[in-house]
Amino acid sequence: MDEPSSAASDRPPEGTLDALAPGSHAVIVRVDREQPGLKRLLEMGLVEGTKVHFLRTAPLGDPMEIELRGYRLSIRKQDAAHIHVRPA
Amino acid sequence: MITENPPEPPVTATLVVALIGNPNCGKTTLFNALTGLRQKVANYPGVTVEKKVGSFITQHGSEAQLIDLPGAYSLLPQSPDEAVTRDVLLGLVPGTPRPDRAVCVVDASNLERNLYLATQVLELGIPTIIALNMIDLAQANGDEIDIAALSSRLGVPVIPCNATKREGLPELRIALSARLEVPPDVRVPLPPLVEQSIAALTWELPPSDDLHSAPVRALLLLMLSDERSDAIADGLGWHGLTPRFRQARAALAEKSPNWAEGTIGARYDRIGEITSAVRKQADDRSASSYDRTDRIDAILIHPFWGWLVFLGLMTLLFTSIFTIAAYPMDGIKWVFDALGSLVTSAMAPGDLRSLLTDGVIKGVGSVVVFLPQILILFLFIGLLEDSGYMARAAFMMDRLMHGVGLHGKSFVPLLSSYACAVPGIMATRTIEDPKDRLATILVAPFMSCSARLPVYALMIATLFTVEASAWTKGGILLLMYALGTLVAFAFAWLFKRTLLRGEPPALVLELPPYRRPSWKTVGLGMLDRARAFVRRAGTVILGLSIVLWALAYYPKSDAKTRDEQVAQSYAGRIGKALEPALKPIGLNWKIGIGLLGAQAAREVFVSTIAVVYAVGGAEDTDAKEPETKSVAEALRADRWPDGSMVFTPLVCFTVMIYFVLSMQCVSTLATVRRETNTWRWPLFVFVYMTGFAYLASLAFYQGGRALGY
Repeated sequence: MDEPSSAASDRPPEGTLDALAPGSHAVIVRVDREQPGLKRLLEMGLVEGTKVHFLRTAPLGDPMEIELRGYRLSIRKQDAAHIHVRPA
Repeated sequence: MITENPPEPPVTATLVVALIGNPNCGKTTLFNALTGLRQKVANYPGVTVEKKVGSFITQHGSEAQLIDLPGAYSLLPQSPDEAVTRDVLLGLVPGTPRPDRAVCVVDASNLERNLYLATQVLELGIPTIIALNMIDLAQANGDEIDIAALSSRLGVPVIPCNATKREGLPELRIALSARLEVPPDVRVPLPPLVEQSIAALTWELPPSDDLHSAPVRALLLLMLSDERSDAIADGLGWHGLTPRFRQARAALAEKSPNWAEGTIGARYDRIGEITSAVRKQADDRSASSYDRTDRIDAILIHPFWGWLVFLGLMTLLFTSIFTIAAYPMDGIKWVFDALGSLVTSAMAPGDLRSLLTDGVIKGVGSVVVFLPQILILFLFIGLLEDSGYMARAAFMMDRLMHGVGLHGKSFVPLLSSYACAVPGIMATRTIEDPKDRLATILVAPFMSCSARLPVYALMIATLFTVEASAWTKGGILLLMYALGTLVAFAFAWLFKRTLLRGEPPALVLELPPYRRPSWKTVGLGMLDRARAFVRRAGTVILGLSIVLWALAYYPKSDAKTRDEQVAQSYAGRIGKALEPALKPIGLNWKIGIGLLGAQAAREVFVSTIAVVYAVGGAEDTDAKEPETKSVAEALRADRWPDGSMVFTPLVCFTVMIYFVLSMQCVSTLATVRRETNTWRWPLFVFVYMTGFAYLASLAFYQGGRALGY
């Protein structure tokens, strides 16, 4: 198991899912443990190393639609802000 | 599974098969295809989760029972539905036998996420068949799945099928007839610390032969991963073990803070190994997979066209509910009127005749008359849900709903509540988070239901001596609908900041590919809903109609006319007792009787008022519905003792506002009680809505008076 990643100093160069531009591809690095409903997000397949494709946001700007593991999922930007990704 | 006793032989000879799968995997279609109309819908004890059981004949001609478990993404439940799915598989639900077999429906076009649940089920050691559904879709996507390889990897039979076209059903029946082996010892790899923790927990269990088996390990993992699993320990008779799980979780959290992530990741790693070995994907997969869905979505969730389609669909829905449904509703009214006249002419006058015509027939009639609207509503919802549009509607509406503290999925229940809050509140079951769900339940009754419509119509008719234009009438109606909706959102916002505070869990909304809706699924869904409505609302409304009849009928007097009789009845006395409270909002005791009548169903207000105002007074026409016009005339003629008009325009609006906001419907309260499992919430709904309605009416009326209206 990894070290607790709360130490902000040694964060890997990564962004969060909500900051991506629509249409971009990324790979999940980790999901913050404080995220409510964390286990369900992980169980839906948002685990480390999973490729995600940010398709679009809803007409009102939130939530966002992503594709992963061959299916499509909608999550809110505030939740996506806890999903750390690196560019694919 | 381990018990203190040796395994018992099955009590019944009937095979019990559980049907399990992710939402949107085609499970319901498969269930309908296997069982046809041989289905029963009931409730699991203590929870508001529907229990769907059907019977089917295996290929060898023996009858088997099929339990359609609620759709679940995981055996680590996030909603009451998912908890039931897990508990039935573990044999922990009273009145539901532990399934002898499981059919796990796996969407072939969404293999990885579907296998997440499937592998959890396999580990539990129940003889399982994998129904690899939507195999045609996977092939169209360019996926080649090696069925034999998948079967050998998982250790259980895999039957490719295509439930909508009934392909693969005979093979599935044959597989179910065959003797099924318990799946081989399936063990998903776990992070070492989790494995150690489970091994330690094993030693705390009551002694048994299979302590070190895969199913026990899987069960312990489920319980360890779920903070709310105490009930499982109790159900299995492992009393006193819950503190041990708590300690183990605390220890893991300290030593390996992301153990949950590691555990879930390990399962996906295993699934990845399986899928890469059995599935060959076309190189240009991304080009084909969601092609049609992308083309449809380009319009349906377009920032401009998307809203246009959305508004169009909602307009169509409302128009159908209020115009198309009017024809069958008139027919139903006519039948019940005729029935009432028949009983009136066939029986001698007396208590029994009055009970039958004014209590029973009227009561049953006022329930059945809503059926056309309920059926149309659920036809729409069924089509939109089955096609995949409803998920998009939730996707588009989530921003607005979330803004007031609700959930994208609150949209359907609130929409349904425009027809009737009873099915609306029942539809909140799809909302996983208890707080989001409760907030939706608490505000749904503010949406103007169709039972309020006759009251609005009566008040609008009373407002104008000359028939008003359709635009004016429509405008006033729209105002009332808008008022209810705005107040609902305002209270949702308030509740989420006070009573139901707390960070809501993440929105996790699957957007499945669009599909052609199945008429069978939609039709059976409509029947289910209609039955549930008649059962829930019907019994309450009928019972209350009889009580209200008795209140208006007794004590009997020598009064010649019905209005005199009602005036001195218990109902009349209650109305008079209410007058001091009603006067400040401009109403007299006669309206008090009407409000009492409205407790059964709001539209009863109109017929009660008609009786009190002696419209169409003769006894022979008891069961006939009075014309709105003549009632409106009678209302306009009403005067206070000082000679001033009772139904001034201000009063008419006050009555409408009161009806928009107050909680009068006992069926809704009974439904809230059912869905929340406590009397606290229906009581709360009644008090806060009626209190707010009274205050708002008071402010409106007194404000209007002060302004000189």
